[in-house]
Amino acid sequence: MATTTMTMAAALNEGLRRAMEKNPKVLLMGEDIGKLGGVFRITDGLQKDFGEERVIDAPLAESAIVGTSVGLAMRGYRTVVEIQFDGFVYPAFDQIVSQVAKLHKRSDGAYKMALVIRIPFQGGIGAIEHHSESPEAYFAHTAGLRVVSCSTPNDAYWMIQQAIEHDDPIVFFEPKSRYWEKGEVDLDAPPQGLFESAVRREGTDVTLLAYGAMVKTCLRAAEVAEGEGTSVAVIDVRSLSPLDYGPMVASVEKTGRFAVVQESVKTASIGSELVAELQQRCFYSLRGPGMRVSSYDIPYPPSRVEDEFRPSVDRVLDAIDQLMGFEQ
Amino acid sequence: MTDEKLVQLLSPEGERVSHPDYTSSLQHDEIFAMYRDMVIVRRLCNEATSLQRQGQLALWAPAQGQEGAQIGAGRAMQPMDFSFPSYREHGVGWCRGVPPEDMLRIFRGVTNGGWDPQKYRHNLSTIVLGNQTLHAVGYAMGVQRDGADEAVLTFFGDGASSQGDVLESFVWAASFDAPVVFFCQNNQFGISTPSSVQSKVPLYRRAAGFGFPGIRVDGNDVLAVYEVTKRALDAARSGGGPTLIEAYTYRMGAHTTSDDPTRYRIDAEVEVWHHRDPIERVKSLLVHEYNVRKPQFEVIDAEADELALKLRSDVLAMGKPEPLTMFDNVYTDVHPLIEEGRRDLVELGFGPGGDL
Repeated sequence: MATTTMTMAAALNEGLRRAMEKNPKVLLMGEDIGKLGGVFRITDGLQKDFGEERVIDAPLAESAIVGTSVGLAMRGYRTVVEIQFDGFVYPAFDQIVSQVAKLHKRSDGAYKMALVIRIPFQGGIGAIEHHSESPEAYFAHTAGLRVVSCSTPNDAYWMIQQAIEHDDPIVFFEPKSRYWEKGEVDLDAPPQGLFESAVRREGTDVTLLAYGAMVKTCLRAAEVAEGEGTSVAVIDVRSLSPLDYGPMVASVEKTGRFAVVQESVKTASIGSELVAELQQRCFYSLRGPGMRVSSYDIPYPPSRVEDEFRPSVDRVLDAIDQLMGFEQ
Repeated sequence: MTDEKLVQLLSPEGERVSHPDYTSSLQHDEIFAMYRDMVIVRRLCNEATSLQRQGQLALWAPAQGQEGAQIGAGRAMQPMDFSFPSYREHGVGWCRGVPPEDMLRIFRGVTNGGWDPQKYRHNLSTIVLGNQTLHAVGYAMGVQRDGADEAVLTFFGDGASSQGDVLESFVWAASFDAPVVFFCQNNQFGISTPSSVQSKVPLYRRAAGFGFPGIRVDGNDVLAVYEVTKRALDAARSGGGPTLIEAYTYRMGAHTTSDDPTRYRIDAEVEVWHHRDPIERVKSLLVHEYNVRKPQFEVIDAEADELALKLRSDVLAMGKPEPLTMFDNVYTDVHPLIEEGRRDLVELGFGPGGDL
């Protein structure tokens, strides 16, 4: 097994490179992704190696970036779109919801909307407004789209390639606060399917479900809890739509207690969906209600207070304590 | 309209008009064929309106008055070109070979599409205003990358000209020199909103600000529309980049069958445009220049009636789709929520061989 250590940013770059080498129909389009390599340098060096025809520096209009990618998809191209920041995807929302999500169905299968919409999301980097949002629920709510998120360099490397190979449109959320954290990447084989959740840590008392940056937050909380005598499982949701309940149900049935930890606001969130569905599926195993640890239901605050806004290890531990406090 | 330069090769009275840059290249048989197209498309369109009035269609968007613009543009395309309509381009669909009944399926409520867009090289109707112009530009960028000898023609109206997508598509087309032609049918109204509210300058002049040519053509003159569109498509195909064509026309009917144009426009204006009818002027030309006589016109009228009758029976034969088909083609691959929905409907008895 050939493994190497790299950051999530480098893993995404390598994954994109490999996908472009494999299939000449793969294009990249986005703002500042060519010469600059993207504001996060995820596409660094790719224009130099694959040319301006395949790595397209776009004028600054998100609806057009997605809309023209739709036209390219109609002609058999597979465009990987980079939305510069989460808060800038909304001008493209109409194209994504009205066209990208519906054209395969509308054309009775004649068109394949094989495009990947990459969005750096979540906060934690001290950014100004519109640079730290978690808009994943908007897309998970739209039938016709698939929504995934990576949390490790290995997943980043493989999931981006799997997403590009898939014929459905995929919104691909990258936790920008984890871009520069290193991890082992297996260069030979993908760890699992794109739409599967993954058990990151086994446990017997409480199951935590998270995705993106919050997976690591949960793993830290689980370590602390272990020191206090509570065994916590952590599941990386990975696929936000569709949700892969198999490993989640197995773990929740074992622990009887669970919480979803997410950086998005609570209302009508991925967590809302997970809690509703898991309570239905695991009803007779539950020893307490499913909980959500979320950001507060307010617009993303100024970054100096984002650590109090986003779920922290302490808030996750609080939820674990509450869950352990429910009596039969 | 008269203050602005407008390419016209045939007057409303059916007399040839000379123009410094354009001459009609069409022969008698081609003009006669376009006349036939326009008569048939209008007849089918009227049949669709009747079908809606009789409760057989949920809605219809009539194109009456715009046949010259649509047939002229549609006939100017090469077979390998690709068109991206809005939702009123029945005449273009006809030119691309889309079966008329397929164009009505969406209005019958049996599909959200209607035909195989790749088979006819004519995209499906796009109802969200202006979205298709970006698809057209993207498609044209694909044509460039393939080095193909093809052009793309996209349609929108004066109403959609205010949409960000349309303006963004102008930027993209110009920046990438995409082989695309923007065909704006200025039919004077976006439902009730007059064209003058959409733009303070004539729409074709917008192109200059984006860095490519714009031209206004008499949209009710099929000969002029054909020449202007053909030249723009040729230019696109040979690396000349985009063109904006504003076909100046008039929507003689309602926006859709749900609309009541008597609330926002006066009869006198409609009357003026009646005298500019795109079909009558070609008929007059055919009579005076080519000596076409009544029996030849009657043959076309009879053919149009026959096609209308067929359209009616085709539409009436479109029954309710199998409910389970709603789950088809949402995704290309297995999806648990699709399986769940399908299972639910089957359990409720809506599946094949079910009780309901």
